[in-house]
Amino acid sequence: MAHKLLGKDFTPPDIRGKVTGKAKYAEDFRVDGMVFAKMLLSPMPHARVTSIDTSEAEAMPGVLGVLTADDVPPGQGANEVILTNTPHFIGEPILAIAAIDETTAADAIEKVKVEYEPLPYVIDPLESLYPGGPDAREGGNVANLQIPLQTVKWTARDFAEVEENQLPMSGQPVVEWSYGDLEAEFEKSAVVYDETFVTASNSHHSMEPRTAMSYWENGKCFVYGSSQSQSFFMPGLAGLIGIDSKDLVYIAEFCGGGFGSKGAPYALMALPAYMSKKIGRPVMLRVTRAEEYYLGSNRAGFQGRARIGFAKNGKVNAVDLYLVQSNGPNSGFWDFTDAPGAVSICYQPNAMRYRGLPVLTNTPPGGPQRGPGENQIACAFEPFLDRAAAELGIDRVEIRKINAPDNDSLFDGHQNPVTSAYQRECLTIGAEKFGWNEKSKRSRERKGSKVIGVGVGQAYHSAGFAGFDGLVRITPDGILHIHSGVGNLGTYSYAATARIAAEVLNYDWEHCVIERGDSRKQLPWNFMQVGSNTSFTMGRSYHAAAVDAKNKLLEIAAATHGGSPDDYELGDEVVRSKADGAAKMTYAEAAQKAIEMAGKFDGSEPPADINPMTTASTAALAGSGLIGVAKDNYEINGVPPALATGFMMIELDTETGTFEILDYAGAIDCGTVIHPMGLATQIKGGAVMGIGLASKERIVYDPQNGVAANVGFYQAKPPSYLDVPATMEWGAVDIADPQSPLGTRGMGEPVMGCAASALVCAISDALGGHYFNRTPIVADMIVNAVSGRPQSHKPLQVATF
Amino acid sequence: MKDPILYIPGSDIAAVDDAAPGTSVLRIRASRRAFIKGIIASGAVAGSSAFLFGGLTGCAPDQPGAGAVERLLSLNINGKVRRVDVLPNETLAMTLRYKLGLTGTKLSCDRGECGACTVVIDGRTVYSCSTLTHMVGQREVRTIEGLEGPNGELHPIQQAFIDELGPQCGFCTPGQIMSTVALLEANPKPTRDQARHALSGNLCRCGAYDHYLNSVMRAAQGA
Repeated sequence: MAHKLLGKDFTPPDIRGKVTGKAKYAEDFRVDGMVFAKMLLSPMPHARVTSIDTSEAEAMPGVLGVLTADDVPPGQGANEVILTNTPHFIGEPILAIAAIDETTAADAIEKVKVEYEPLPYVIDPLESLYPGGPDAREGGNVANLQIPLQTVKWTARDFAEVEENQLPMSGQPVVEWSYGDLEAEFEKSAVVYDETFVTASNSHHSMEPRTAMSYWENGKCFVYGSSQSQSFFMPGLAGLIGIDSKDLVYIAEFCGGGFGSKGAPYALMALPAYMSKKIGRPVMLRVTRAEEYYLGSNRAGFQGRARIGFAKNGKVNAVDLYLVQSNGPNSGFWDFTDAPGAVSICYQPNAMRYRGLPVLTNTPPGGPQRGPGENQIACAFEPFLDRAAAELGIDRVEIRKINAPDNDSLFDGHQNPVTSAYQRECLTIGAEKFGWNEKSKRSRERKGSKVIGVGVGQAYHSAGFAGFDGLVRITPDGILHIHSGVGNLGTYSYAATARIAAEVLNYDWEHCVIERGDSRKQLPWNFMQVGSNTSFTMGRSYHAAAVDAKNKLLEIAAATHGGSPDDYELGDEVVRSKADGAAKMTYAEAAQKAIEMAGKFDGSEPPADINPMTTASTAALAGSGLIGVAKDNYEINGVPPALATGFMMIELDTETGTFEILDYAGAIDCGTVIHPMGLATQIKGGAVMGIGLASKERIVYDPQNGVAANVGFYQAKPPSYLDVPATMEWGAVDIADPQSPLGTRGMGEPVMGCAASALVCAISDALGGHYFNRTPIVADMIVNAVSGRPQSHKPLQVATF
Repeated sequence: MKDPILYIPGSDIAAVDDAAPGTSVLRIRASRRAFIKGIIASGAVAGSSAFLFGGLTGCAPDQPGAGAVERLLSLNINGKVRRVDVLPNETLAMTLRYKLGLTGTKLSCDRGECGACTVVIDGRTVYSCSTLTHMVGQREVRTIEGLEGPNGELHPIQQAFIDELGPQCGFCTPGQIMSTVALLEANPKPTRDQARHALSGNLCRCGAYDHYLNSVMRAAQGA
């Protein structure tokens, strides 16, 4: 079916503000009487504050108040806190001072006297697992979002293998699952690889630090924050502030990058609210770049070991995977349970066993970063496909097709079905866009010290949820107001999916307004803008609300002109009789009629199954027009997947270890394409981040002192224009997902992992099949490999230069 | 900033100097266990010293640390003379954002690494986070707010950035556009590679480089 809006490019309503400078990010808001707060950060990776003396600071003219851990809720388990007297990482906030200007606040911070008692700290998870090894927290060394704080130690016997530079698979895990007959599948494999590997933690480095401003007015707390999400963010943020969600006004019109680190509510955003309550003034907390590095969260690193067995025909028979996650000191994120799922779906092994655990470290807090777990593991696993392809005499794209998931595939420990999957098609499209058949022939082509490397990579992330609400409103002026509580992380998917509502209602896009960015705009209950989910989740929600509005339009027409709703249809913003052209009414007239009819039509009687937040928003809008409001009750049976492929050609200089990326093409299986240009920029932008993950970015710590060595852009090295190709190609499968009303699925995360793993494979290809078992692969590692020298790090070492 | 003071295993740590910006006086006690390996006192909190200097709300702080008093300057911003009280150590980014209400100029690193604060002064790109306002003098400063026409018409470069879906999150966009303004005024028909080099001082974590370059090339075609 040809769509009026979907599949076509459009001008997102928020882009004009971005090119004129009028877009307001958190630090761009001003209110009368606004003052500034500065934080005092822990100088130690793990310590106990024994005394704080703020008397000299408080005596300074212009200082308005001090906020300490005693003023905010205490921590529970390994959850992050706003302020602490037991810092668990360098840069964790101890206290904050507000003053009439920021200079005074910063000067006052310097006058504070804090005494610390240092506590044992740990950077390398294995050190914490060692018998008697240090714990990152006093309550234990293992925790995660769904794993309570606990202590796990391996035995000295387990560590015997560490001495031989292999991750032991005998140590106690916390998560474990398996399916199939593992050893039998290994037994019948033609080739088996067994490798220990490390993937580094890296920082999110959003361009906008997590600045926040807050004040209290008429019993309500106003927060201007930087977040990817809106509605789903609010209960958690309200909880951090200690108020009811209905007493929170949350403004987040724009988010200057989050990449997962600003998806869910985070503790620091509540700090200005507490300070404001204490001093009775609006408080702006500007977060600096280095502060953002310390507390802005980072991707978990892995120390892993994988055994993988291939049949003679290239089919993956068996995978045995063990992961130790560098978790950071707080509850972190579940990279280590997402990663094995990605292995399971991408390679469809007949048998698989997964074991792993998250180990707390006194490093920046872990948090979800674009493709958490999936993108790291892609870099570790995709090279296995190349090794097997070479050994078994199979083309590298072909061996991936042999193992690729399709509509009947099951995956993960629970052997979940997928809603649909077309990874073979995705490989075909990517290979065509790249020109694999021709370019792969240039593999290892030499010119002086330069050598060509060609690589293909794949990645996966789940791509949608279900059960959230949609809310649309047609006002008597005929305008369609699409209420969006999803957030605005910068991908324009909030707008692209809103067009689904306009499509269903046959609206001209010029007559649609998206209401968003401020909870006072009466927003529905929507999920976070994370996890590649928006195109699926919001697609369903908007569709449900629009169908509700459509049904009401038909009912109103029937009530006005007689007959039954089935006798009517939607035209160009008119609802008309199928038989009698004269019996029609404009949407504007229908909206007016809805207000007269009241009840369910104008929102006075909302459905019973919607979330209380949507109910409240509907109640506030009641009587202002025709309200379409519904919960997404569409059937869902399986996990919607986002599957991506990347193809890369590099020219590597064997003398310097540097390389130039000559070509890149990415392709995606994300259901129906609704916004081609938005999709293109995600595929290419994801590739840029993937290039960073594979070859540049990592946290680095002095193991002797626990001190961070890269706290700025120039040290942490997010890719610049000159690190990536000047042009990139993209493609999409564009086959509708049957469990999404208009066929849409998400896609934002694997487009990073496929490029990262393609680069890892291209580097190995250039080096004639040398496998590093480590990301990022940096220049000195390449030079060492070329010259046959040992690497400067041990195979299991983490946080290294 | 003082050098970090490192802990030596087996020994006690003395007091740490209090002169490090953003650091309190630390009294680090003896280690309790042998595997406490080290402590640093000051480097970790270097971040607190960024954004310090600004007299942000226009209040004139009379703290010794702030150093001095504001002086009235006449600046030439977007073709208008703007008179503003400026501290000796105040950066142009802070003057623009906090005294002149021009928040389109963004601060991301505040130390000359990322280009989010790029403005054009006398035709050349400048990191306004690393430019003292007192050094600007009468030179012509252009910011993102100065590009639109008198009736809100978009500058062709702004329109090109919309047409090519240049921005993603948008935080680095004003800087990218100002670098493009300087490039196209100096070189109206750049090659894609020249554009890539001209904008290479502007980081984008979304990785929107390809679409930004498409925007630059579209703007150049229209020029």
